[in-house]
Amino acid sequence: MQLIQLIIDGVASGCIYGLVALGFVLIYKATETINFAQGDILMLGAFVAFSLIGVLGLNYIVGFALTVIIIAAFGFLLDATVIRQIIGQPPFATVMLTIGLGFIFRGFASIFWGTDIYSFSTPFSGKILQTSGLVISYVNLSIIIGTAILMIILFSFFTFTKIGVAMRASSENQLAAYYVGIPVKFIFSLIWSISAGVAAVAGVLLAPITLVDTSISLIGLKAFAAAVLGGFGSIPGAIVGGIIIGIVEQLCGTYENYIFEGVREISAYLVLILTLIIYPRGLFSDKAEVKKV
Amino acid sequence: MRFIFKTKYDQDISVTRHGGDRFWYSLLIIGMLFMPLLIDDFYLGEISYICILAIAGIGLMILSGYTGLASLGHAAFLGIGAYTHAFLLTHGIPFILSIPIVIIVSFLVGAIIGIPILRLSGMYLAIATLALCFIAEHVFIRWEHFTGGNRGLAVPYEEIFGISLTNSAVFYYLCLFFLIISMFAAINILRSPTGRAFVAIRDSEIAAQSLGVNLGIYKALSFAISGAFTGLAGALLAHYIGYLAPDIFNIFLSLTLLLLIVVGGMGSLHGTIFGAIFVGFLPQLIAICRDYLPSSIGSQPGLEPMLFGMILVLFILYEPLGIYGRWIKIKLFFEMFPTYKKQTFKKQKVFNKTDRV
Repeated sequence: MQLIQLIIDGVASGCIYGLVALGFVLIYKATETINFAQGDILMLGAFVAFSLIGVLGLNYIVGFALTVIIIAAFGFLLDATVIRQIIGQPPFATVMLTIGLGFIFRGFASIFWGTDIYSFSTPFSGKILQTSGLVISYVNLSIIIGTAILMIILFSFFTFTKIGVAMRASSENQLAAYYVGIPVKFIFSLIWSISAGVAAVAGVLLAPITLVDTSISLIGLKAFAAAVLGGFGSIPGAIVGGIIIGIVEQLCGTYENYIFEGVREISAYLVLILTLIIYPRGLFSDKAEVKKV
Repeated sequence: MRFIFKTKYDQDISVTRHGGDRFWYSLLIIGMLFMPLLIDDFYLGEISYICILAIAGIGLMILSGYTGLASLGHAAFLGIGAYTHAFLLTHGIPFILSIPIVIIVSFLVGAIIGIPILRLSGMYLAIATLALCFIAEHVFIRWEHFTGGNRGLAVPYEEIFGISLTNSAVFYYLCLFFLIISMFAAINILRSPTGRAFVAIRDSEIAAQSLGVNLGIYKALSFAISGAFTGLAGALLAHYIGYLAPDIFNIFLSLTLLLLIVVGGMGSLHGTIFGAIFVGFLPQLIAICRDYLPSSIGSQPGLEPMLFGMILVLFILYEPLGIYGRWIKIKLFFEMFPTYKKQTFKKQKVFNKTDRV
């Protein structure tokens, strides 16, 4: 029973990793750049939600929706003004650029919101669901259900809408997509905005657990493990990878004595390194074989 | 503009290009030798720190600037160097012996880590080295027998030839000596077949492979050499800091090293020096900036990472070749004087090299 309890907790934190990883994957599939600032966008999302819900006192649902819209618009502008200039440069430049942007966001957040730790009330905080020995908090439940809903929305968006299909086309082959009349630049900015929006959702869902401060941007680094484990080009892979990382982390935390002390904090990175060494394709990669020497 | 007519084979072999170079570099070295007479102890310490940064920068430059492999985990090598050095010194091994051991250890660690990790390329490598940095930091915390864990490890006071290293002038000369040695080593490695192979890998892996460069071996070698330089810098850093704690060697230090080579200029050894000077004086620069900003912004702790990020972004976007690239442009402007063309340095459109096969 304890094991099931741990797995449920792991799934909840894993969903957050999965959502952040999903942001990496969307951007990587389309533009072959990796956004090292994904965790910082998540942090911005949490702070904006705090301002709207905690300070301005908006309804949780309204505040949530507004946050996602604001951050998505921010992502769109970010690509249209900054990231686009770097396309065609070696990957090193994009890595450095997004790291630099991450620092700017973090610095901005600590100047604008200060270095205090904030929290805001949600409809889920403090409530517990108790069934046959299992204790599930509403917050964890909200994360799992929120992720599921988001996945369904994204899946239907990419399958049934014209613009979603255009996005898939431009990530398959930019040049061919351009020839059939897809506005590739606009699509790329849109992908950045979706990815930022997903990060904002993760940020708002996460806020009741970790509270809001600048250090939550570190989740972005752990989410790399999720993305790599899932195979960097796969959307379901990102979520599954995230859930696996979440469960591994929970288990390592509980059974720390049997492995070695402090394994929990680095378990995600260990999984990452092992995946890259043993099976760099990841679990769900479709055709995106990792180039080897 | 100077045209060099080569009349002797020695001219091809010599490190400097022509007499002018020899003159200016000798002048620079002589100037550096007289530095302790001119400035006070505080700035001497700063310059020693810049020398240490430059040595670490040379290491990262060989890996990133010349072999084209991004590493976000070089703080780990600084840490390995620093802890190994401190550990050896506390166990009674003299400084003269300890430094070569540190270099060999970091070289071997680089090779051992490099062999599995360098099967990856591009972004995956950056992510793997990032993970490595966190794992290394964790090892420094947990391996208490070796590192003292969170309590930290005091670096023993050391003497070379009977002179204490706590004297800032002595420490400055030591750092300068190692910087010059490292610079010569790096220049010569990069002129050798090994160095040429690195550059070939950077420019096109497929072309390098068809010319008979074994990618696996040379990438691992590049990682190991880079680790050795950075380890040496770590050993000197141990003396500079005096007391080692695991959180010194965090991801921020790795990124500082990356900032160093990006700002200095990717793919040039001059760049490491420029970058080291820039990064070394960055805290002072930020302190000056604080004075000019309104106090509500100037006193914020978030200002430093923000400026750090902004400098990085602006350099990547507007001057990807860094300070050294700007210097080359200015020099060419005067050499070519009325006929300088901006297009000489125009960025060429390149196709996005894909990681997908």
